[in-house]
Amino acid sequence: MDKQPNPVLLDALDPLITALRIGGFRVVGPTVRDGVIRFAELSSAAESPTGWTDAQEPGRYRLRQEGELVFGYAASPDSAKRYTHPPRTTLFRWDKGPIEPEIDAPPTALIGLRACDLAALAVQDRVLGGSAAYRARRAALFLVAVDCATPSAVCFCTSMGTGPKAEAGFDLALTELSEPHRFLARAGSERGAEILAALPHRASAPADLAAAADVTRTATARMEPRRFELDGVKEQVAAARTSPVWEEIASRCLTCANCTIVCPTCFCTTVEDGTDLSDGAAERVERWDSCFTFGFTELGGEPVRASGAARYRQWLSHKFSTWVDQFGEYGCVGCGRCVTWCPAGIDLVEELERLR
Amino acid sequence: MTLEMTPIPYRVRSRRADRAESVTLTLEPAEGLCPTFEPGQFTMIYAPGVGEIPISISGRGRFGGYVQTIRAAGAVSRALCRIEAGDLVGVRGPYGTPFDMGASAGMDVIVAAGGLGLAPLRPVIRELAAHPGRYGRLTLLVGARTPSGVLYPRELARWARHFDIRVTVDRPDDKWQGPVGLITHLVDQIAIGPRRTYAYVCGPEIMMRATADALVRRGVPAGRIALSLERNMKCGLGHCGHCQLGPLFTCVDGPVVTYDHAAPLLEVPQL
Repeated sequence: MDKQPNPVLLDALDPLITALRIGGFRVVGPTVRDGVIRFAELSSAAESPTGWTDAQEPGRYRLRQEGELVFGYAASPDSAKRYTHPPRTTLFRWDKGPIEPEIDAPPTALIGLRACDLAALAVQDRVLGGSAAYRARRAALFLVAVDCATPSAVCFCTSMGTGPKAEAGFDLALTELSEPHRFLARAGSERGAEILAALPHRASAPADLAAAADVTRTATARMEPRRFELDGVKEQVAAARTSPVWEEIASRCLTCANCTIVCPTCFCTTVEDGTDLSDGAAERVERWDSCFTFGFTELGGEPVRASGAARYRQWLSHKFSTWVDQFGEYGCVGCGRCVTWCPAGIDLVEELERLR
Repeated sequence: MTLEMTPIPYRVRSRRADRAESVTLTLEPAEGLCPTFEPGQFTMIYAPGVGEIPISISGRGRFGGYVQTIRAAGAVSRALCRIEAGDLVGVRGPYGTPFDMGASAGMDVIVAAGGLGLAPLRPVIRELAAHPGRYGRLTLLVGARTPSGVLYPRELARWARHFDIRVTVDRPDDKWQGPVGLITHLVDQIAIGPRRTYAYVCGPEIMMRATADALVRRGVPAGRIALSLERNMKCGLGHCGHCQLGPLFTCVDGPVVTYDHAAPLLEVPQL
């Protein structure tokens, strides 16, 4: 966009949801389901987790009711990955030759992505941009970001340089403000600006901008105790390949793959082959896989990374070292999901510091 | 539109059961021409309903197509070995880094193959044999478990016009009169001018490391030893993550790498 118009104030989310739905998007956003914030298709803001907040720590996630915010919680186990890189997708069917399915890429507006999630999308673009199906699903997204107001105790986006304020890669970004409750909205794309212009809105005042800056300042301060120096980590992790720390971590790690499933950048997949019993056609399905699974590196019947220590080393080293070799950036965005959803409560930030 | 994970139908033009308990197929596209390839590259071959595996390309068929040698090891390779002439399979590729044939121009060349490792080296050997004036002294070292496990025996006899060929086996039979033991012993026996030698090595990882180490001990720079890495490749595109070896996606940054890059990675157990 050539010029950045001033942010405007929105009093409610429903007009935005309606406008997106009229614009042909299915609207996906956060909702409370099974005691967790999950992404689901929304028809109105009433389904949003208004008044809910989360408490996250290594191996623990709890929701409780507090405050009036719609977006008053940190990262949920879902991320945009589910929509750009689905857990399971049919690659093709084969009946004397390939029959390709239509790429399932319905126009989708994702509401409530945080800066870390946007950073993860940018990371995914570099990894999977060569896939036509990924590009189609990615191009079908309309992204409504929310500046993070309430990072959890596991968040470390400020260390990774990805948040807490959404800086780029969105169509619209909101800052949720209190007393009175309102959203400060800014456009990050032409189509975002068009949607915004058509919504009922008010001009913002300097006090609104100051309040928004305060949200980011407060969020940044909350992550300060956890902040670490990123410089040198790539080389230090590479140099730690034979460290005894891996074995120690492996004594706690269950190699369950939870971390890779909730990670917004983990992209590994495997394929499953089968035959359709109704017509005899062969079918090939791609599904998420994890470098923590035993057979992931199987070669001639034996896994290359047979030990849990080797598999944890691969995962962490990939995020903080070899990803940089491959793509020129880190494979971690600091969202903390892997820490919260680790049943053993392994905190990669702590482990990283021990390895350096 | 054909997506990058969708195989293209290829017909099995011919099938030959090798002495070496492998099967050599010539695969041609059901329609059109197959893409060009460079020595060392591989394709992903899909056995419908069973699965897909990487197989190196051993050459062009007489009427075009890819010559590819497969040994039955897992479910997919077993299915591909059972396939008959006229059957359809799926093929994607070619993929991967090639053996750099320009890098050895003007030099003495050692080709060292262990077992099925001769299959990806066959186009290297044929290229060298086709342009003997372009290279110095040519040596071909072959290691196999048994005498009958030596691939392409008839061609070996032909290549002897251009190459000093030495074959060693682990388990000789009654008729075997050649060397017995590791291929590294052959490396120790041949004359090497280390400053003008380039080596192409392919075989089991343990054989490649031992051979490369033996060459390095003889003074050949690690950067002039090319080997072909094997890891679990599922996509060939650097998308599925399975074949990573440290910073390498073996399917796109390899399989062919020089030993100066590979050695520090291969010496870390379970990397």
